[in-house]
Amino acid sequence: MIDKKLYDMPRETDIAWCPGCGNFPILNIVKMALSELDRAPEDVVICSGIGQAAKTPHYLRVNYFNGLHGRALPPAIAIKVSNPKLTVIAESGDGDTYGEGGNHFMHTIRRNPDITNIVHDNMIYGLTKGQASPTSEKGLKNPIQPEGVIVDQFNPLAVALSLGATFVARAFSGDILQTKEIIKEAILHKGYALVDVFQPCVVFNKQNTYQWFREKGYYVDENHNRSDKMKAFELAFDLDRLALGVIYQREGKPTYETSVREGDEPLYKKTFDKAALKNLINTYR
Amino acid sequence: MKHFSQDISLVLGGAAGQGIQTVEALLVQVLKREGYNVFSSKEYMSRIRGGSNSTEIRITNKKCASFVERIDFLFALDKEAIPHLEKRIGTKTVLLGEREKTCGLSEKCQVIDVPFTRFANELGNPIYTSTVAVGVALGILQADERVFEKYLQEHFARKGDEVVAKNIEAGKKGYAFGKHVAYNEGIEVTIAKNKTVEEEILLDGNDALGLGVLASGCNYISSYPMSPGTGLLTFLAKHKKEFGIVIDQAEDEISAINHSIGAWYAGSRAIVTTSGGGFDLMTEGVSLSGMIETPIVVHIGQRPGPATGLPTRTEQADLNLVLYAGHGEFPRAIFVPGTHEEAFLVAQQAFHIADKYQIPVFILTDQYFLDSIRSFPEKDLQILEPKNHITKTKADYKRYALTSDGISPRGVPGYGEGLVGVDSDEHDEQAHITESADMRVAMHKKRLGKIGAIREEAFLPTEIGDVKHADTVIVSWGSNRGVLEEALEIVGNKSIAGLHFHQVYPLPEKAKKLLTKKKVVVLENNAGGQFANLLKLEYGIEITENILKYDGDPFFVEEVVIRLKSLM
Ligand SMILES: Cc1ncc(C[n+]2csc(CCOP(=O)(O)OP(=O)(O)O)c2C)c(N)n1
Ligand SMILES: [Mg+2]
Repeated sequence: MIDKKLYDMPRETDIAWCPGCGNFPILNIVKMALSELDRAPEDVVICSGIGQAAKTPHYLRVNYFNGLHGRALPPAIAIKVSNPKLTVIAESGDGDTYGEGGNHFMHTIRRNPDITNIVHDNMIYGLTKGQASPTSEKGLKNPIQPEGVIVDQFNPLAVALSLGATFVARAFSGDILQTKEIIKEAILHKGYALVDVFQPCVVFNKQNTYQWFREKGYYVDENHNRSDKMKAFELAFDLDRLALGVIYQREGKPTYETSVREGDEPLYKKTFDKAALKNLINTYR
Repeated sequence: MKHFSQDISLVLGGAAGQGIQTVEALLVQVLKREGYNVFSSKEYMSRIRGGSNSTEIRITNKKCASFVERIDFLFALDKEAIPHLEKRIGTKTVLLGEREKTCGLSEKCQVIDVPFTRFANELGNPIYTSTVAVGVALGILQADERVFEKYLQEHFARKGDEVVAKNIEAGKKGYAFGKHVAYNEGIEVTIAKNKTVEEEILLDGNDALGLGVLASGCNYISSYPMSPGTGLLTFLAKHKKEFGIVIDQAEDEISAINHSIGAWYAGSRAIVTTSGGGFDLMTEGVSLSGMIETPIVVHIGQRPGPATGLPTRTEQADLNLVLYAGHGEFPRAIFVPGTHEEAFLVAQQAFHIADKYQIPVFILTDQYFLDSIRSFPEKDLQILEPKNHITKTKADYKRYALTSDGISPRGVPGYGEGLVGVDSDEHDEQAHITESADMRVAMHKKRLGKIGAIREEAFLPTEIGDVKHADTVIVSWGSNRGVLEEALEIVGNKSIAGLHFHQVYPLPEKAKKLLTKKKVVVLENNAGGQFANLLKLEYGIEITENILKYDGDPFFVEEVVIRLKSLM
């Protein structure tokens, strides 16, 4: 086990989250999970987009690619393919992952790269001050729809399942130990792992609070059959009670990086093969 | 008696799916092996079957690399070919086609009945039509039949003895017919052969670019198909095994560029290929590359816009797009090959500049260039030997260390003890978000400051003729080098010279004096004179005249000659 302190940023680091924000426990959980799984900071890359959640990689000591809004996944795949030895995590908000990055979300699942996708789901656009996100509940009042959201809610778990995701989980940032175990399992899973973490936004979402979630959430019991996809769909579609834990897992599906390239040697080590080029040029005679 | 010498233009016209491309490929290969100089280019419709397409093959004494309007021999493979090419048919054009398909379609010239299909059917399969057609062309040219036979043998060997034998028979039938027709109609063709040409390599612009990309040590491509940019993706996919290239077909262009920048971040060498419309979607990634100082190389095969435009035709109207793409200010470089050799070279230079300066670099080509086939000596492909500009990190590594030359050594995750962070927000030396105005200014100056050194390394333009002593200089960029060279030679007037740019941004300081105190005329395939405007802006010179074309076709030599003469 790696000392968790190794992931800590200097004390004076100015964290741009509000007091009581559900992002703090997630940050702590990720550090705990990495330390328990023995992932050295220099072997971990966190990719993120833009938003409050997407600032996470600035608050722990690992490699990171803090790219553009909605675009955490494309570079995450590329990094895993370029160097399969790295532990790659894509971590962003619900708006970033399911809205702006929706197309990448769909097609990353289809590729099944061995990366962990942690979505801080506060059911709102936090950074831009409280507009509706794809996971906002119908009827939620917000500055752009003062009478409430008029479109249906996006269901990330059901979408992921339908696209063949090999690991689908829901977690709650209020439950440190359970969420840490889920994230550890997600990191260990060989393939794309979605962990939708409910993360209350204490400033802009007064509807989906810690209290609200404690009332709705429950953990699937140990007898839950993770390989039962129809059962997983049932759980995903139930929005009255929110199932927590690993809802679905399928092992053995080839990962993208093993299908798209040979071996796991980092591509930065590759040298130019002049003889092969000369041979190819010769075929044009 | 019809005598053709020095320079003939042979055009194949027909519907998509009729095998024009097969005829073209066979014919140029055989002609090259016989020692003829060939140059071929094509125009086609955006459809899979039907329509009317054509390929022009020029067979010339001297090397040339341009498109002529004139047609000497037209092989019309279907009914549409003649009306489609009517404007280009002249009284001297020899038209060859099946009687049923060509009868009465052109009053301007003679039509020779060539029963391509009947010959092929005699061999039991219409598939042999292409080989018959190649044979007819070679017969008319009085080419060496043994070279043809040997080529067919090699070309079809993989498909078994029967296919080889049938093709040879088809070739022979066509050849004998062509020879007979030439004799009967009094057609005589004399084109010089050259021993050295036999040894040359023959390829299209797309493959020349692709070989250059391989020579740059590229090992990664993520792209979304869009003509005419797709060819490079296909080329790399074809060679992925020998060169160990990762091929990712992205879900959209936004993904493609963000993916490729991620690949560079992790130490791979990546390119994205697209056309203007796809590039529109990529512009956020261009800006990202500028901010996070992570290299990216983008190939844009231009086609006429706006929007979907003319998907399979040619234009040079995306220069401004590439010059200004992406919000904010950051350095970039733009390469625009004018020959196959230049495509091979600039691809490598694009990777070199992107890697060394950690910036986005563009290669702008167009449909005409990518599809044109030419031969040249292999030694003209200059291999620069790629160098990977990454550094092994130490524990105290800072990704954006402020250095005197503005280049912060680029580490990659997992290589060394340091941590490598990149951030699309304004950031400090450690790559963490900052809103400090001082840090913003320091970082912005660092990024922008790199442009000076990039300009120092810029390629000088190619002088065509005696630029120093000329009073008028015709400027071209990208695919117009060939047409400008040929038109200047035809005009043959010492007072006019040419200057061709294969890098258009940043422009080399040294080239400015070549254009001062001259009448400057800029030739380009667009309506707005985009490069002319850039020259004005960068060099502060006046542009006397623009020669523009934007109908979807490349310039014909003839029309450029007329424009040049009018300048005298
Ligand atoms: C291309 C683009 N569009 C819009 C924005 C503005 N923007 C930044 S974050 C954000 C939404 C963030 O919501 P979410 O991903 O849920 O993150 P949160 O702040 O809630 O953690 C938006 C709209 C942007 N940065 N880039
Ligand atoms: Mg959110």
